[in-house]
Amino acid sequence: MADFETVVVETDLLICGGGMAACGAAVEASYWAKKHGVKVTVVDKAAMDRSGAVAMGLSAINQYVDLNSGNNTLKDYCDYVRNDLMGITREDLVTSIARHVDNTVHTFEKWGLPIWKDEEGNYVHEGRWQVMINGESYKVIVAEAAKNALAEAGGEYFERIFITHPLMNGDKCVGAIGFSVRENKVYVFKAKATMGLMGGAVHVFKPRSTGEGFGRSWYPPFNSGASTFFTLYAGAEMTCQEVRFIPVRFKDAYGPVGAWFLLFKSQATNAYGDVYMQTNADELDKWAPYGHVKPRPANIRNWLMMLDVMDGKSPIYMQTAEAIQRIADESPDEKAAKKKLKELEAEAWEDFLDMTISQAILWAATNVEPEKKPSEIMACDPYFIGSHSGASGAWVSGPEDLQTDETKDEYFWGYTNMTTVPGLFAAGDASGASSHKFSSGSFTEGRIAGKSAVAYILDNNEAPQVDDALVEELRNEILKPLDTFQEHKDATTDPDINPNYIRPTQFMYRLQKLMDEYAGGVSAQFSTNDKLLEKGMELLGYLKEDKEKLAAENLHELQRAWENVHRMYQAEAHVRSILFREETRWPGYYFRADKPTLDNENWLAFCNCKYDRNTGDWEMIKRPVKYLTQ
Amino acid sequence: MPSYVIPDKCDGCKALDKTACQYICPNDLMVLNKDTMKAYNQEPQQCWECYSCVKICPNQAIEVRGYQDFVPMGASVTAMRSSEDIMWTVQFRDKGIRPKRFKFPIRRGVSEGQAQPFDLYPTGDDDIKSPTLMGEPEGLNTEKGPVKFDDLPKL
Repeated sequence: MADFETVVVETDLLICGGGMAACGAAVEASYWAKKHGVKVTVVDKAAMDRSGAVAMGLSAINQYVDLNSGNNTLKDYCDYVRNDLMGITREDLVTSIARHVDNTVHTFEKWGLPIWKDEEGNYVHEGRWQVMINGESYKVIVAEAAKNALAEAGGEYFERIFITHPLMNGDKCVGAIGFSVRENKVYVFKAKATMGLMGGAVHVFKPRSTGEGFGRSWYPPFNSGASTFFTLYAGAEMTCQEVRFIPVRFKDAYGPVGAWFLLFKSQATNAYGDVYMQTNADELDKWAPYGHVKPRPANIRNWLMMLDVMDGKSPIYMQTAEAIQRIADESPDEKAAKKKLKELEAEAWEDFLDMTISQAILWAATNVEPEKKPSEIMACDPYFIGSHSGASGAWVSGPEDLQTDETKDEYFWGYTNMTTVPGLFAAGDASGASSHKFSSGSFTEGRIAGKSAVAYILDNNEAPQVDDALVEELRNEILKPLDTFQEHKDATTDPDINPNYIRPTQFMYRLQKLMDEYAGGVSAQFSTNDKLLEKGMELLGYLKEDKEKLAAENLHELQRAWENVHRMYQAEAHVRSILFREETRWPGYYFRADKPTLDNENWLAFCNCKYDRNTGDWEMIKRPVKYLTQ
Repeated sequence: MPSYVIPDKCDGCKALDKTACQYICPNDLMVLNKDTMKAYNQEPQQCWECYSCVKICPNQAIEVRGYQDFVPMGASVTAMRSSEDIMWTVQFRDKGIRPKRFKFPIRRGVSEGQAQPFDLYPTGDDDIKSPTLMGEPEGLNTEKGPVKFDDLPKL
């Protein structure tokens, strides 16, 4: 038995995670906690300055509703999100975030984040909802404020502790358990309310690069499905687990295309110069009414491109040179044109250097000067990310004041952003059906949830009851891969090849291969059907059994083992949800070949699911979509 | 190996209380070899090339070499980050193309460590049950024009 100390930490509010949503929760909860004498504790698997999806930085803030311009309303934002997600949206949640997000962005600026300004002092917009930033240190700045907030409110912050499971007392969440990835310690956090804010999931599917570039996913490889597992295991109802996100980005390094499409008005074409959004426009009718809205939904843009790929018209190009030339031509004279080009060049490179440095390396290594030649774009692999143009996450209560008579029974049960499990809150990538929150909206939703969790604690101010036997059982389960390795490592001459166990990396490859081939990954051109999914479920079943034989040589590998268990549960929720929804609604995300059309009559609905940790049973639930607007 | 350590420059952060790259890596990749007192990337296939280790290294001992399964050799992107800005140098594979240098600000108006989390704007009410967040409604800056909520309830 591995020799580990058990450290018990008692707190009022436990925030699991360190990304944008967790930082938002830390700031807002600390503000209210200070007034009400509530203790806040944050536990993060990395270091907050660079943890989460904004670790590298960002070149834009993608949600700024700019309500004070008078140009946009909350309804406009709801329309945009609902249409992009083909009608599957919780408008109460989208509105809840959108009505606060401008305050968040103004606050970021006060913390020192450089937001681009025009000559009149207004923010420079990349598109209608996006503002440009010098965002290399975006996360560092936000983390600094979060740590200062914790310090002012007497809170605590733990780094490098990997949370594996929620702690439950019956149906109520009473904290979390995990282990230090630096020393032999199991951590037991007992809390009156717990927030699962541990990001989305990457590497559930096989990535396109399987050599050294394996880690160059668009979304970071350290977002490993912890939120999904945490809420599922707690028994929380989950939503939109079928709504994966597949971004189209510059090929291989996955550099951002937003500035090129939105700021530089660049066009994408197939290899033969056809603008596929125009030449394949007839296809839009099939996906009406969403096929006809502008901007076109992200998955529909993907789909029109994929049609050309399947037609043998690759490579697909972003016509960068054309776009730059056109902007230069609009300048009044040659001197002005030269100056403008220089500016654009810096902007184009900064776009990469702020958030996808690999793309700058790739351009430099392939001698790309964007003003001279176009660059290839391509669909990445599928990701689970509730904050962008995907929608997967926990099913959470909306705010009471935004409900209508029709929505209140379905979408409200007490505390904003609380899951269906008492005392467990979710936000950011961890909460579903509230897409297009991005970095600023995730932080904002963390704030909303943070305040709400403090309110919950004040109403339910009782010490968390944690059963020691349960802690012991989980502790043994968590550390088991270390014991398995020690027990069997000498059975062969090579610790990698051993019939008694499976190491986390091979476990991940097995998961990725079956998801890729059976659940519509890259090599299946994102297509699947009921029979493939059923076969995939069978193979997932074997993998689930083999999870008992995971082996880890050290703490780093133990973290990998649990990350991959988390991914496996994300995979199962996904496969079950695709199977349950008997239609194709997001053709550019996945295509159900046996149900190839949109069926609004039967499936303009949420596909939710629940997992029972005691029996291992899953329950699929269809919930109505009810709009606030229209 | 996406991020790599130059042995002559790495001193294992002997003078610091922790190894900087090991402290910062979001994917738990950088580790210190206690025998050689040099750091290395223990799982290069999991490297996102986020440059967090490159930027934090006090000795500029860490660089990134592009993923060899899709990046041709010979180019480089190097970063020098200070408390105010970041300098980038992009060298192309084709040495006939002039290297590019960029300097971008990383902070404005607030020095490192000084971000004040609370009370940047007054908070409208103290009701823990209201939807009002810290600094609202004033932090929404509605003075420039009407906030149009259509038929949705107002904040």
